[in-house]
Amino acid sequence: MSQTLKGDTLPKWAPIASLAIAIGVAIALANTTAVAGTAGTSVLAVLIFIAIQTLWSFAVEGRRHAVDRVATTLIYATFVAAAAPLLSLLFEVFTRGIKVFNLAFLSHSMRNVSPLKPGGGVLHALIGTMQQVGVATLIAVPIGILTALYLVEHARGGRLSKAISFFVDVMTGIPSIVAGLFIYTAWILTLGFDRSGMAAALSLAILMLPVVVRTTEEMLKLVPNDLREASLALGIPKWKTTIRVVLPTAIGGIITGVMLAVARVAGETAPLLLTTFLSQSINNNPFAGPQAAVPTFVWDQLSSSTPASLDRAWAGALTLILLVMFFYGAAKLIARYYAPKA
Amino acid sequence: MSQQAPIRESSISGSSVRRGDQIFRGITVGSGVIILLVMGAIAAFLLWKALPSFSNNSANFLTEKVWFPDQNPPKFGIAALAFGTVVAALFAMLIAVPVGIGTSLFISFYAPRRLAGAMAFLIDLLAAVPSIIFGLWGLQVLMPHMGGIAKWLSDYLGVIPIFKNDQELYTKSLFIAGVVLAIMVLPTISAISREVFKQVPRSHLEASLALGATRWEMIRMAVLPFGRAGVISAAMLGLGRALGETIAVAVILSALFDVNIHITEPGGNTFAANIALKWNEAGPNGLSALIASGLVLFIITLSVNAVARSIIARRKEFTE
Repeated sequence: MSQTLKGDTLPKWAPIASLAIAIGVAIALANTTAVAGTAGTSVLAVLIFIAIQTLWSFAVEGRRHAVDRVATTLIYATFVAAAAPLLSLLFEVFTRGIKVFNLAFLSHSMRNVSPLKPGGGVLHALIGTMQQVGVATLIAVPIGILTALYLVEHARGGRLSKAISFFVDVMTGIPSIVAGLFIYTAWILTLGFDRSGMAAALSLAILMLPVVVRTTEEMLKLVPNDLREASLALGIPKWKTTIRVVLPTAIGGIITGVMLAVARVAGETAPLLLTTFLSQSINNNPFAGPQAAVPTFVWDQLSSSTPASLDRAWAGALTLILLVMFFYGAAKLIARYYAPKA
Repeated sequence: MSQQAPIRESSISGSSVRRGDQIFRGITVGSGVIILLVMGAIAAFLLWKALPSFSNNSANFLTEKVWFPDQNPPKFGIAALAFGTVVAALFAMLIAVPVGIGTSLFISFYAPRRLAGAMAFLIDLLAAVPSIIFGLWGLQVLMPHMGGIAKWLSDYLGVIPIFKNDQELYTKSLFIAGVVLAIMVLPTISAISREVFKQVPRSHLEASLALGATRWEMIRMAVLPFGRAGVISAAMLGLGRALGETIAVAVILSALFDVNIHITEPGGNTFAANIALKWNEAGPNGLSALIASGLVLFIITLSVNAVARSIIARRKEFTE
């Protein structure tokens, strides 16, 4: 044993060498034995890699470092396991969706298009989604912002504010289908309205509300107290301070939060299935008649399950992903635009 | 709020409680109360509209497996739904919790600093994908690949009953639904665990490294004990999401009303998926029965979420 302060360590190239050997052995085994498929071979390669490196490390570095290397490998592997499905999903949506995704797809509805035949488009669903999400935003945003204002500006840690804060958190976890059920029982069964885009919007508003409250609350907490105190010291009433000083300071973050909430509910399918009837035609009136939406369009085309409708389902999925990405992108841009200049 | 000044007449600020402030405060309180009312109304309306089906059910609601609420006499129960919901969600947790924790450890302690932000964004992006797209992808892309794995599990681990497959059919199963659910709840678990790991005091990390701990020993002895409560509540929030997920599951499962512990075989059904699939063909009593099953789902997810939130809240009191 050498007399240095550090124990013996594996050379820097040890992991790469072990990996190369492992991949070689795995491919050799895949060609000669019953192991089959890319997935099986990769899992085998990882296992052989762990075995080689651990034994090697155990011999040179000792038990503790061998365990450390196993843990490192497994932690790297979990990240790959988490990222792989996302990349596969995005890849498939783009490559399969692009087939029938074009200007005609975006500018036509499914009116008089047979599920068996190609053609038709997503326009009616896009209009529906825009209107439903728009109405939901108009309902959820004022209530959400005012609630957050109460929690941050007015509440003094009393029981009411604790209860509201707790139930906002719990509300975040309500399954979306339950929101749909609630609107169906309250709005349609009890108040007697028809299933319509408006009913869908109400259920989306319930899902948006807690997200808006939470993000607004976080943003309001970031507003420096100096600003509030300076304004109050000038004799300006508290309500005016809130509207003219606190809200404008936090507005960038609040809009970002709203956009994220919009992106979340734009992809909701379950509550729409309960609260609207699917439509194949354009309906510009969210208050009457069946109205389509992009997520239910995908659901509908997937249920038809003909080659043409599956193509449309993937194109619809691409439309939906682009829509969600658009909202996310807008949120990022707004956040950057309003970010406090240092 | 400031107290009233003792000499009121000559006070320079006039009345210390202004009409405008009172009105504004009233509006904000009202908005907060709306949220409480909505939560109360959800429970009340679901219960109210579920009651008719409870009273005319000829079978035991909790133990009956079949679902015929519109026949005469109605006969339905949630046994199969509860079984499918719990099994799919727990199976998803089995995958998502270790992978989610591993991912957040990777991003917090292993990834190069410069790339960590981008990697965190990538995982968070999973949360932005709508569930219908997970369903579409799960059915059309993932399912063909899962057959081989399910067959392998059945062939080699078939001694464990849940993996045994007697039908030689490997599609549309709770197993695949569980895998898709795992992918869907992963960002929830990963994001919250990451927040928790971020709060581990730097001095703890540096102390353990300075004492000669390897990186894994640092994680095992400093990071995980500190983050345990947070990670548990992250897992429970993920569980809540998995229990309530509708569309992805509805697309993937071939809905059967059966309690089958062989999870790689086709079949299985969940509360949420059953509501979505049966909704448009249900008669009046069928709707009421579906609402009753939705009420059960609401109560389950509410309790799971409430417990998770109170763990987080209690932890906050300790650390702040």
